[in-house]
Amino acid sequence: MDLQKVVSSLQLAREKRVSYIASNLKESQMSTATKKNKKVSSNNNGVPKLKFNSGWEYAPAPESKSHIKLKGRYDLFINGKFVKPSSGKYFETINPATEEPIAEIAEANIADVDKAVKAARNAYEKVWKKTRAAERAKYIFRLSRMIQERAREFAVIETVDGGKTIRESRDVDIPLAANHFFYYAGWADKLEYAFPGRVPSSLGVAGQIIPWNFPLLMAAWKIAPALATGNTVILKPAETTPLTALKLAEIVQESGLPEGVVNIITGFGQTGADIVNHPDIDKIAFTGSTEVGKIIQKAVAGTNKKITLELGGKAANIIFEDAPLDQAVEGIINGIYFNQGHVCCAGSRLFVQESVYNIVLRKLKDRMETLIVGDPLDKNTDIGAINSKTQLNTINKYVSIGKKEGAEIYQSSCPIPDKGFFFRPTLFTNVAQSNRIAQEEIFGPVLAVQTFRTDEEVIEKANNTPYGLSAGVWTDKGSKIFNLTTKMRAGVVWANTYNKFDPTSPFGGYKESGFGREGGLHGLSAYLKV
Amino acid sequence: MPGVKERIVIPDFRMSPRVDQVGVEERASRFTKRSIKKQSKVEGLKLVLSMIDLTTLEGKDTPGKVKQLCYKAKHLLDNYQGLPTVAAVCVYPSMVRVAKKSLEGSRIKIASVATAFPSGQAPSKVKIEDTKFAVSEGADEVDMVISRGKFLAGEYNFVFDEIAAIKEACGEARLKVILETGELSTFDKVRRASDIAMYAGADFIKTSTGKVQPAATMPVTLVMLEAIRDYYYSTGKMIGMKPAGGISKSKLALHYLVMLNEVLGEDWMNNHWFRFGASSLANDVLMQLVKEKTGVYQSGDYFPID
Repeated sequence: MDLQKVVSSLQLAREKRVSYIASNLKESQMSTATKKNKKVSSNNNGVPKLKFNSGWEYAPAPESKSHIKLKGRYDLFINGKFVKPSSGKYFETINPATEEPIAEIAEANIADVDKAVKAARNAYEKVWKKTRAAERAKYIFRLSRMIQERAREFAVIETVDGGKTIRESRDVDIPLAANHFFYYAGWADKLEYAFPGRVPSSLGVAGQIIPWNFPLLMAAWKIAPALATGNTVILKPAETTPLTALKLAEIVQESGLPEGVVNIITGFGQTGADIVNHPDIDKIAFTGSTEVGKIIQKAVAGTNKKITLELGGKAANIIFEDAPLDQAVEGIINGIYFNQGHVCCAGSRLFVQESVYNIVLRKLKDRMETLIVGDPLDKNTDIGAINSKTQLNTINKYVSIGKKEGAEIYQSSCPIPDKGFFFRPTLFTNVAQSNRIAQEEIFGPVLAVQTFRTDEEVIEKANNTPYGLSAGVWTDKGSKIFNLTTKMRAGVVWANTYNKFDPTSPFGGYKESGFGREGGLHGLSAYLKV
Repeated sequence: MPGVKERIVIPDFRMSPRVDQVGVEERASRFTKRSIKKQSKVEGLKLVLSMIDLTTLEGKDTPGKVKQLCYKAKHLLDNYQGLPTVAAVCVYPSMVRVAKKSLEGSRIKIASVATAFPSGQAPSKVKIEDTKFAVSEGADEVDMVISRGKFLAGEYNFVFDEIAAIKEACGEARLKVILETGELSTFDKVRRASDIAMYAGADFIKTSTGKVQPAATMPVTLVMLEAIRDYYYSTGKMIGMKPAGGISKSKLALHYLVMLNEVLGEDWMNNHWFRFGASSLANDVLMQLVKEKTGVYQSGDYFPID
C-alpha cells in the first residue's frame, strides 16, 4: 500500500542521515586525533575540555583611585557635626584586598550613643516632625542627587573598604542606593495614598544597624524610608565597612538637612547593643546574621520598641530539566559567586533535576573557569576580596566541614593574589539536605549541589530550612513557575533570573530570615503608625 | 575513538534546547563590561584583523571593484609593520575568478556566496549548480543560505537534506551556513537552525547575509556559540562561527572576541574557526592600532577605502 512506501522511504532517508552524520564525525575525529593536544583534560565521553584562562590574557585595567578624598581619621557624626568619641578610642579599617589600613574610625561608647539619641530626639520633636512632607522630600531628593554626582568616588571607596569588585560597586551598589533615595523622596508627601482611609504618623527615633556586605546600599535602604515617613535616625555601619556611610554623613552635612535628623556613629557590636538597649528609641531596624537578630529580638521583648529584622538565608536555586540551561547556569553563577557570595539572599543550595545533572555540572564548571578572582579595583575582576579575615576563616571552616562530611569539592583553577583575603569559587557535589553545608549559611563563594526528581520533592526540600529569605526557579514552562513560586516559603522568589533588586520591590524574609519588608510601599509600614 | 555510530543520536530538532531571551541579553551585555587595554588590546585588534572576511556583495559589483578590494585585502596599511592580512575576501560566484587571480600568491581565502544568495528562494537544483559553479571557479569557502521559508514551515528534514546536498557539492571547500537570524526572529529558532546546520555538515555557522536587519548582534552570536559548544561536547567536532553585518567598530569587535574567549576558549581564537563578515571594520581597527602606537587618533582620510 502507499503507506508502506512512505514509511520505508522515510526510514531510508533517516538511515541516510544517520550514516551521513556518522561519516561526517568520523572524518573530524580522525583529524582531531592527529592534532597534538598537550593540555588534554578529558571528561564528557572522551571529548577534551574547552580551554579557558589561556591564550589571550586581559591586561590589568585598574580603576583610578586618584580622585577620591579620604581623611586619615573619622569622628562620629552627631547633630550635624563630626565630634570626637567620648572614650577617645579609634580603630582601623583595612582594605581586605591588600590588608593595608585605610583610615582610623571613632569608636562610640554608651555616652556617645546617648548623645546621638538625644540629638535625634531633639531634631524629631522640634524640627522634623513639624517639617512639611514636601520639604522632607526635597532633602531626600537632594541626598540622592549628591550621591549620583559623586557616584564614582563612592564606588571606589566602597570597593577599597569592603573588597567588593569595582564593577559591582559602580554598576549595582551605588546606582541602587541613589535610586532608593529617589524612590522614597517621592513617597514622602503621598503617605495618605499609601494607606487609604488611614492617617499614618511617624514613629519617632529609629536606631538602625547595617551589615558589611552592601554598606552604602544598606544605609540607603534604612535611611530613605525612615526620613520619608518623618522619623529621625541613628545609623551604625559595620565595623569593617564604615567609610561610605561616613562619606554619606559628609553629604548629609552639605545638603543642609536639619541637624540631628541623621546621625551616623561607628563602633563594634557593643555600640549596636547600646543602640538597641537605649530606652528612648522607638524603632529598631537590623540587617545582619540570624544569631544577632535573635539577641536583638530578646532585648526588645517587653518594650514598646517596634522592630524589623532582615537576617540570613540559605536559598534554594532550582533548575528544572526544561530550563534554558545556559542562562540557568548564568543565574547560578550570579546567585552565589558575585559579591563573593556575601549576599543574604544568595542561591547557596543548588537543586538540579537529575535528568540534566551532568550537563548542568559540565556547563557550570566551564563557566566557573572563566571567573576572574583578583584585585577588586581591576575592572575585569569578577570575584573580589573576602570582607575580613574572620569571614575567610568561617568559609574555610565550612569547606573543611564539607570535606569531612564526604561531599566532593570542586574549585576553579584561577590564580589568586598571595596577599589579601581571597577564595576561589567552589562547589560541593554529593550533598544531601542532612549535610551541614546544606543547612548552615556559609556567606562565601561556596555552592552546595543536590539533585531532585519531581516538583513535590524539590518544593519540600527547598522549604526544609529554618531560613526563608529567597529562592530561584528555572524552567521554560509558565505553569510550573506559578506552581513553584506560590509554594516557596521565601520572601523573594525569582523566576528565570536571580538577585534582581529594585527600590519598588519589597524585600524581606519568612521564618528565621526575619520579618518586615524593605522597599516598595511595604517598606513604608515599618516606619509608621498606621 | 570508539563507537562513533553508537553515540549518534539524531536529535529531534523540534526538541532543541530552549533559550531565555532576557538571560541571553544580560550575559551578552556582561561581556561588554570587560576592559581590554594596552597589550591585550593590541593583540586583540590584530586578531580581529586576521579574522575579517572582506566583503563586497552588491548587484553593481564589477571586476574593477573586486580587484581593488583584493588589493586592499593584501595591503591593509603598508606603513604599519607586522600587520596580518585579512582571512578571506567574500564575493558573488560570478566574481570568484577575478578574485582568485588578484589574490594569487597570498594566503587569503576566496569565499563565495551561493545557493541563490541572499533569499535562497530557488529550486534545489539551481542552488546546487550555483555552488558547483562557485567551487569550480576556485572558491575555497562557500557561504550558503538556508531555506528560511521551509524552516519556518517546520520542514526541518528538508532543511537538513538541503544543507547536506550543498556540503556534498562543495567538495573540498569549507561550507558556511547562513541562518539569516533576522528572519528567524526568536533565539529558540536560531538554536534549532544552528543544530540542524551543524548536524547536516556545516563547517561554520553564520548569522546573516547582511541584507536584512537586524544582522549580527551579540546575543544572537552568543546563542550560536553555545550551540557550537554543546555540539562539540556531544560529538567532539569543532564548528566555526561567523557573525556578519553590523560590526563596524573595533570596540564591538573586541567585545565579540571576549565573548568567544569566554564561551569556547582558546582553541577557537583564530581565523580557522572564527570570522567577522565586515567591510568597514578593517579601517576602524587600523585607526585604533595606529592610535595605540602613536597615542593620537588620525583622521579617516589616512586610511584608504577600497
